[in-house]
Amino acid sequence: MSSELLNLLWSSFFETLVMVGVAGAAGALLGIPLGISLHITSANGILPRPFFNRIAGLLVNAVRSTPFIILLVAVIPLTRLIAGTSIGTAAAVVPLSIASCPFVARLVETALREVAPGLVEAAQAMGATRLQIVRKVLLPEALSGIVAGLTVTFVSLVGYSAMAGAIGGGGLGDLGIRYGYQRFLPEVMLVVVLVLIAFVQIVQSLGDYFVARISHRNQSSPTSA
Amino acid sequence: MNARAPFAAASSHTPQNSEELPGEARQGIPMVELENISVSFRSPDGKLVQAVRDVSLQIASGEIFGIIGRSGAGKSTLVRTLNLLARPEKGHVSINGQNLLSLGENELRHARREIGMVFQHFNLLSSRTVFENVAFPLELAGHDKAYIAREVGQLLDLVGLHEQAWRYPHQLSGGQKQRVGIARALASKPKVLLSDEATSALDPETTRNILDLLRRINRELGLTIVLITHEMQVVKQICDRIAVMDSGRIVESGKVIDVFRAPQTAITRTMIGEVIAHELPSSVLTRIQRRRLARGNTAGPECLLRLSFAGDDVDRPLLSEAVKRYGLDFNILHGQIDEIQGQAFASLTLLAHAGEEALQGAKEFLRNHDVSIEELNHVV
Repeated sequence: MSSELLNLLWSSFFETLVMVGVAGAAGALLGIPLGISLHITSANGILPRPFFNRIAGLLVNAVRSTPFIILLVAVIPLTRLIAGTSIGTAAAVVPLSIASCPFVARLVETALREVAPGLVEAAQAMGATRLQIVRKVLLPEALSGIVAGLTVTFVSLVGYSAMAGAIGGGGLGDLGIRYGYQRFLPEVMLVVVLVLIAFVQIVQSLGDYFVARISHRNQSSPTSA
Repeated sequence: MNARAPFAAASSHTPQNSEELPGEARQGIPMVELENISVSFRSPDGKLVQAVRDVSLQIASGEIFGIIGRSGAGKSTLVRTLNLLARPEKGHVSINGQNLLSLGENELRHARREIGMVFQHFNLLSSRTVFENVAFPLELAGHDKAYIAREVGQLLDLVGLHEQAWRYPHQLSGGQKQRVGIARALASKPKVLLSDEATSALDPETTRNILDLLRRINRELGLTIVLITHEMQVVKQICDRIAVMDSGRIVESGKVIDVFRAPQTAITRTMIGEVIAHELPSSVLTRIQRRRLARGNTAGPECLLRLSFAGDDVDRPLLSEAVKRYGLDFNILHGQIDEIQGQAFASLTLLAHAGEEALQGAKEFLRNHDVSIEELNHVV
């Protein structure tokens, strides 16, 4: 492989890293609070708000069911507003963030639902405020589940980012399509796929490592008889 | 410094706790008062369930009050009205003279700190160590680190878990977890402790230890305990008074010894009967059952009876007198003399062989001597 291609591989990898990293972080930043609010406003939550819950749930589902390639194009006006341009890596970050936010929200909601209701009840019996219940019961108890969810999100973003090439976002996926497929260089395709596999592997292992560090549940005995 | 110093104030309010006859109101106002409480809620399939119907009860300061009933009787909901985890649609809840239903959200949170609660499944935070779990209510109340460290240390001493302070709940046994639960419930120095089936997930030995701990806390700290259970054994071991619940109502209540001696309702009799039937060797029960089936499922001349003697009657030769007078033939299948709240209480399970007349005469004679008699043919 020529040094030119190697350079291209390196810069594409960097672009993927930026897209996945920034979009994942933005998705988490918005998605975690959204997930918490979805959970606590549900019928059995600590702040039941059926109307809000319904609307938020609909929005989340709507974004999640839109194919990413369509979302990418559909949000161009918003992208221009936020990134100042509708093409390039920075522009790709906007739709990626929009796609990952509801994804994170659902995963966070699921993780929170796994927290035994008895723990919330115990905290209420001790006179905890709602904020204290979220901060000191729900989030710490669901943390390993949330981290596992974020790991899944990052891995999915690697796949989504391959479509960013459609708006000139670059990245490994784009490299594979343009050089490997369109210019018929199968070895480039192979290298791209191998790099992606290694990257996902590292992300997943890191995630698993943190989950294991955090979790103090059910390692040797059940929590209750 | 005395290790129990933080509780000294609490105990000084009820100085004669251990001397006085338990179960009697020691002060003017009751610690817990429920008036005409009704609670209903919607079950997941949309039906309206009336969990508690028009319940009134008073619990004196320093008392251990048991609420017993089968699962679904409404006892868990009832105990949750005491800290308003379940809000009654009708009635009046007052703890230590304070009307909980009139409180705003903020005031209610403060009031709840005076009411500790322990749970069947412990409800410990798995992400926190034993120390941090016990510290949790103190953190919620905004205490500083030094105070928390001191208090938690004393509480762990009290429940005998000092060595386990830095372990996580999943590393503990069920009994240890419940001790953490109790220490946590005591951290905010409550006046009332609610125990919701606290021993139901534990084996008999551990159950006894936990109940001993609760009794000790009741005596040492003068804490009022409201205990929910479905096990008569639990009630027998530590309660002063009990209420029996069935389908959302209290069907019977009184001192434990009175309820055990002379249960008034069928449900209580069955629950006590189950304790006894449990104590009878199963091979004996099977033999009685087999004979009974051979007779076409009638008791015939055999009658399974439980006699309860209390107080002075325990050591009088009443049975032999009944034998002499009425020609009663019997064998003792099970017998025990217990102390329930400082009073001797004897219970004998007899299999009597006698004609209807002799049996009635003997029962009459014994009843006249304050022996309660209960036919147990239904448990066979």
